[in-house]
Amino acid sequence: MSAVLEVQGLSKSFGGVQAVDDVSFTVEPGEFLALIGPNGAGKTTCFNMLNGYLRPDAGSVKLRGQELIGTPPRKIWRMGVGRTFQITETFLSMTVRENVQMALISHHRRIYDIFSRATRLYVDEANALLDLVSMRDQSARPCSELAYGDLKRLELAIALAHRPALLLMDEPTAGMAPSERIALMALTAGIVEREGVSVVFTEHDMDVVFAHAHRILVLNRGMLIAEGSGAEIRANPTVQEVYLGGGTVFQKEADHA
Amino acid sequence: MGFYLAQLLTGLANASSLFLIASGLSIIFGVTRIVNFAHGSFYMVGAYMSYTLVTLWSGSILGYWGGVILAAAAVGLIGLVIEMTILRRIYRAPELFQLVATFGVVLIFQDLTQAVWGAEDLLGPRAPGLDSAVRIFGEPIPEYDLALIAIGPAVLLAIWLVFHRTRWGVLVRAATQDREMVGALGVNQAWLFSAAFVLGAFLAGLGGALQIPREAVSLQMDLSIIGEAFVVVVIGGMGSVTGAFVAAVLISVLNAFAILIFPQVSIVLPFVVMAVVLIVRPYGLFGKPGSEHGAPVEPEQPLTLMGQKGLMVMIAAVFVLALSPLAVADFTTILLVDVMVATLFAVSLHFMMGVGGMVSFGHAAYFGVGAYAAAMGVKYFGLGMVPSMALAPFCAAAAALFFGWFCVRLSGVYLAMLTLAAAQILWGVTFQWQDFTGGDDGILGVWPAQWASSDRVYFYIAFVLCIGGIWLLRRAAHSPFGYTLRGVRDSRTRAEAIGVDTRFHQWMGFTLAGTLAGLAGVVFAFSKGSVFPDTLGIALSIDGLIMVLLGGIHALAGPIYGAVAFVMIEDWVTRLDYWRFIFGAIILVVVLLAPDGIAGGVHRLVRMIRGGKA
Amino acid sequence: MLEVNGLNARYGRAHILNGVALSVGENEVVALLGRNGAGKSTTMKSVMGLVRQTEGSIRYEGQEIRGKASHTICRAGIGYVPEERRIFGELTVEENLEVGRREARPGAPEWTLDHLFKLFPNLEERRRNLGKQLSGGEQQMLTIARTLMGNPKLVLLDEPSEGIAPVIVEQMAKVIEELKAEGLSVLLSEQNLHFARLVSDRAYIIEKGEMRWNGTFAELDAQPAVSQSYLAV
Repeated sequence: MSAVLEVQGLSKSFGGVQAVDDVSFTVEPGEFLALIGPNGAGKTTCFNMLNGYLRPDAGSVKLRGQELIGTPPRKIWRMGVGRTFQITETFLSMTVRENVQMALISHHRRIYDIFSRATRLYVDEANALLDLVSMRDQSARPCSELAYGDLKRLELAIALAHRPALLLMDEPTAGMAPSERIALMALTAGIVEREGVSVVFTEHDMDVVFAHAHRILVLNRGMLIAEGSGAEIRANPTVQEVYLGGGTVFQKEADHA
Repeated sequence: MGFYLAQLLTGLANASSLFLIASGLSIIFGVTRIVNFAHGSFYMVGAYMSYTLVTLWSGSILGYWGGVILAAAAVGLIGLVIEMTILRRIYRAPELFQLVATFGVVLIFQDLTQAVWGAEDLLGPRAPGLDSAVRIFGEPIPEYDLALIAIGPAVLLAIWLVFHRTRWGVLVRAATQDREMVGALGVNQAWLFSAAFVLGAFLAGLGGALQIPREAVSLQMDLSIIGEAFVVVVIGGMGSVTGAFVAAVLISVLNAFAILIFPQVSIVLPFVVMAVVLIVRPYGLFGKPGSEHGAPVEPEQPLTLMGQKGLMVMIAAVFVLALSPLAVADFTTILLVDVMVATLFAVSLHFMMGVGGMVSFGHAAYFGVGAYAAAMGVKYFGLGMVPSMALAPFCAAAAALFFGWFCVRLSGVYLAMLTLAAAQILWGVTFQWQDFTGGDDGILGVWPAQWASSDRVYFYIAFVLCIGGIWLLRRAAHSPFGYTLRGVRDSRTRAEAIGVDTRFHQWMGFTLAGTLAGLAGVVFAFSKGSVFPDTLGIALSIDGLIMVLLGGIHALAGPIYGAVAFVMIEDWVTRLDYWRFIFGAIILVVVLLAPDGIAGGVHRLVRMIRGGKA
Repeated sequence: MLEVNGLNARYGRAHILNGVALSVGENEVVALLGRNGAGKSTTMKSVMGLVRQTEGSIRYEGQEIRGKASHTICRAGIGYVPEERRIFGELTVEENLEVGRREARPGAPEWTLDHLFKLFPNLEERRRNLGKQLSGGEQQMLTIARTLMGNPKLVLLDEPSEGIAPVIVEQMAKVIEELKAEGLSVLLSEQNLHFARLVSDRAYIIEKGEMRWNGTFAELDAQPAVSQSYLAV
């Protein structure tokens, strides 16, 4: 089977600083790919070019063979790319279920419908998605009252509403407790496996990265400096120097076994 | 050559005055995030104070300038009192509250000033030593203008030094970005805010005091300057003093030359320049992203569909309204039409602001276009009442479509300012294009068709159109369209990430709100029989804001309560002496004591009754 | 030094803290552990006077400070480093530090620019840069340096390791050790247990706004059930 996402020679500079420099990689169907690197290494810039918020200076991004460069984010979404944000982005003045319903309404192209009652549309589909992330029992709560970890799960349900082929998750576990981090990523991994979605995520928590990523890419100063499995990345001296450090602030390899 | 230089110098002298008031406004916004409508009042009071002092001491140079400085200082003191008694309580409120509160201060000052100095325009003495003109390239240039040209940059330099070379200035700039953090670092925010407000008020007072030799002191000075001052602040970038200077020079010099070509342009020119600048640079010339929003607001509660009981109460209320002309006197029927028009206007404004998150300071524009289109339809094009009524909302829609396209490119205060600019441009055109719009004389004799001319029949026409419009907007608020609009307001990023074309959606929301404001204007035109430029004016736009605020912005029913209460209060208060003072005081009481408006009060009451039963 | 008892905190209708009690002794580094939303940040903000609805008692050096304005609390000798860093992006590094500067305080180490630049060498190179031009790690260092300029006796560090690379987290650990060596007390909230263990003397575990456990890390290791149920690591 061919790759879901093909990135070729992606480059971007801001005012003379090369933020992303000739980055290429592919994502296979059902793959869980982590993008790591020090702050300012270009992870976010890279991400924003994948989902259309930034236009690269050079390079190409192809989703199942279709070029994404120059396509606005909302069209990229329609082509089958879902996303979650580093800091959650939800509709705070709506209930949990309505947040999911909004994604469904948009997916079914009914956002210009001016007479139906939005809150009565696609209720069953929304409930099914909330079941998927175990948020059904909170469906009627105002989104503004949710705990942070629950907001993250809600975002996952929203991102899955249009059955994407690819999920982009920017620091999905930022701001969560260790237990929640593992739980969220295990949940995501389960969904990925069942639905056959591919995931690209950035992350600072090495415990999460080493526990779940099938493959890891390391960025430094805009360049791809390493690529491989968890064990390969841990053993890579360059990565240790620029990013991982002495290994005192995350778990030893043996703990993950 | 000399003539053009003279024109340039006049422009620069005007720029200095404008800069003084705009810089104060910008500083106040930067630190406190308050859009201070009362800044024009500070300017006006500064002029009056200085008039009194300078007349008293006009003999000597020292006495004259001492009077000017003392007047400015007195205004600074007034600013301190207002900051401590009113604004300090509403720093955490949404920007709309603050705007309306400061507008209440404007009304109070108008009556106070009139009570102290009288309604007549006053002509002050010239500045001793600067009372003649020098000839430059053969053109006479007032010496006083040259002094003003020097004062502007001198004040700019002084402010820059204070902001960059003193600890206080560094603290002010830090507070502009994150007030709470500055407090957590040990700085007493309250005094920092007061000091910034006093500085701003002082500069406005100084601007007014320096105007004495150039123009007569009048009660119109406050509102005539405030529009232009807002424009300057916005062009320069909210919170940027340097930006305010550049913008003041840009506007004043452009104006000095533009009036040579097209004398009527000065009313609309600043607003056109602002529109152009904001399209190119959405945060103004020197503004920073993030400078567009006031204080953060707490998230709204989710909408709920109306329950069985609520529905029954509402149907009963509409039924009573429908039957009322049979029971009440004719003048009450007319008042009820006013109430319905105001309600539709307020509901349409709320749809844009509350649901769409786009605060409009110029919603009257679309009301006015609807009213004028209807009036012109019957008077100039000989269409009947019904075709005019049918066509006019489309004219309002076209205007909203046109201006909305620009507005939705911005957000927060900048968007609000551009809506104000749009309204002022339309007002200026209407006011000056005598041949087409009748100018100041308006269009008279816009009466309904023969069959609809009785008060009672017209009541039912108004009833169908207004209640229909309100129903449509309410329905839209609950629809996917309205929900999406709210979604864009809550999180543009998320909306974009679920496939919504956010700008287009806001544009359509803007247009829908404008169209229904136009419908309200149509009903208004035929009920009054005439239209005047003030149907597009700032005052009406602010009336709309007050209605929404009075009712409570967080509830769909808010604007309905607000409009009804507003029309009733206005009908009663305007019969009294000093009604502006009373009205301003009412506004302040509402803002300070009932910030969630009537809807919030009703909500609390219902909860209390239910709680009592349980 | 800091003594919190029966602290309740609310945001609007939401009840966030329920009877929280904790103490920080002289020259002690104490970690506040718990999930996100457990109430760690709210505890810090309540101590700092940034939460408006609180009940209970917060005593600092024997004085009740609950209900006081945050600038008063800062002036009493408590420094606060917020989770979101909140540096002033439009001000230079030096100006950021100037905002934090306060008079020297008896019984607390006095920080000068030179002294701080020794602790954070990167900041010296970038002293004329605007805050927004710094990288995430540098911003984190700047926000700590800015707080130290106020010469506090007690520093509240809200999630110092959040969102930064492991190498920088290691630097952060050295900084905290340095602060302790200077005689400061530190209360830090953390989710990274590895990091908290490196730097702290004692820990509290907070869950759903209530204190569930406290003790040393040795005690925590001896009771795997505790970390299992509240931290699940």
